[in-house]
Amino acid sequence: MKKGLLIGLSIGGAILLGIILLIMWGVRSYNNLVTMNEDVNKNWSLVENQYQRRMDLIPNLVNTVKGYANFEKQVLTDVTNARASASSMKVTPEVLNDPQAFQKFQQSQGQLSGALSRLLVTVENYPELKANENFLQLQAQLEGTENRIAVERRKFNESVQTYNTTIKKFPTAVFAGIFNFKDKQYFEAVTGAENAPKVEF
Amino acid sequence: MKKLLLIFFISLAFSFSIKAQGELPTLKYLATDLTNTLSADDILTLNKILSAFEDSTSNQLVFLMIPTLNDYPIEEYANQVAQKNKIGTKKNDNGILLLVVKNDHKIRIEVGYGLEGALPDATCNSIIRNEILPFFKEDNYSAGVLAGVGAITKATIGEYKNDAPKSRKRGKSIGGWIIPFLIIIFSFLFRGRSSRGIYLGTGMALGGFGRSSGFGGFGGGSSGGFGGFSGGGGSFGGGGASGSW
Repeated sequence: MKKGLLIGLSIGGAILLGIILLIMWGVRSYNNLVTMNEDVNKNWSLVENQYQRRMDLIPNLVNTVKGYANFEKQVLTDVTNARASASSMKVTPEVLNDPQAFQKFQQSQGQLSGALSRLLVTVENYPELKANENFLQLQAQLEGTENRIAVERRKFNESVQTYNTTIKKFPTAVFAGIFNFKDKQYFEAVTGAENAPKVEF
Repeated sequence: MKKLLLIFFISLAFSFSIKAQGELPTLKYLATDLTNTLSADDILTLNKILSAFEDSTSNQLVFLMIPTLNDYPIEEYANQVAQKNKIGTKKNDNGILLLVVKNDHKIRIEVGYGLEGALPDATCNSIIRNEILPFFKEDNYSAGVLAGVGAITKATIGEYKNDAPKSRKRGKSIGGWIIPFLIIIFSFLFRGRSSRGIYLGTGMALGGFGRSSGFGGFGGGSSGGFGGFSGGGGSFGGGGASGSW
């Protein structure tokens, strides 16, 4: 009788201990996932900042170029339109979980990039404009912003990769499923990024 | 299937970035010329200027000259070199890399997050165009680099202050007094034996020290030493400007 109680108690204790350990483990995995999720969101906001910075530069650029006689109007209109459509997109961190919205965001920003680079190519035909200090400074700012976008995108992709790998790996995958952590979207590779540097020393 | 393809391409891109990283130089000095264009005197002068600048402001301005990038974008390379070597302090992200690619005729000033205010892209661009490139076009590299370093230091001098300059730390560091201390101990140990023993002992003590500091026996146990560079953990977001001549 007494022996049976003892065995029952120790089995119960072991089960209880197991449950407590499982909960602790779950809490740790959950907190870890939350941290990673925030890291992705933080990097996303850095990417967004740079896109916003580009948007803010465009009106100045357009105004500077507009002043030059017979500058191709179509190029400027394209830039203005692309900017308008890109800025009309509402971007929240939820976009990262939605492949279609993310695709749309990338597309509109890509169109703006295209329109801007056409503008800068057209400028080559205007030597006067190319010698204008004001324009040169704007161009430097725009190039700097494009480069920052590329850098922040790369950092963002790296953090998404860590996150996506973690939520797919066992055993974290179990908790990720329970707490509904979903795959996040990547930026597509920029052309030219696949050429590794060969630097000879 | 589509997902699988995506994963494949992403891992491909990732492996390339790792490969690229393997070829990045690890910098040991504030000024490095891998093309042997600048004279030893020029490099010494640059290292002096740059370490004095770091001592007073804690800003790390690093100069690197390489022969060619083989069409790899200079922006990406500069960012990766700067990140890898952790130029600038972790607290202020105040690193700057002045990169010259001699044979490609390309130049870039890469600015850490913390100095983007003092050294905005337009300023970098103007430094490159107006201070450096006029000299480079005449193949006068040392004058161009010196002019660029002068302009960059001038623009960023008021931004941060160095609370713990190396020159002050050096006096306090263990390396400062441990060498004479060891010499005394060794000479006592070998006293009473032949006089050759004393020389051997001191020689061993000094030799051992030179090796452990990894640093040609000059400057002692100080971290880094003269013009020596060790990254402080600075981070870069692609600020700065590029140019070509």
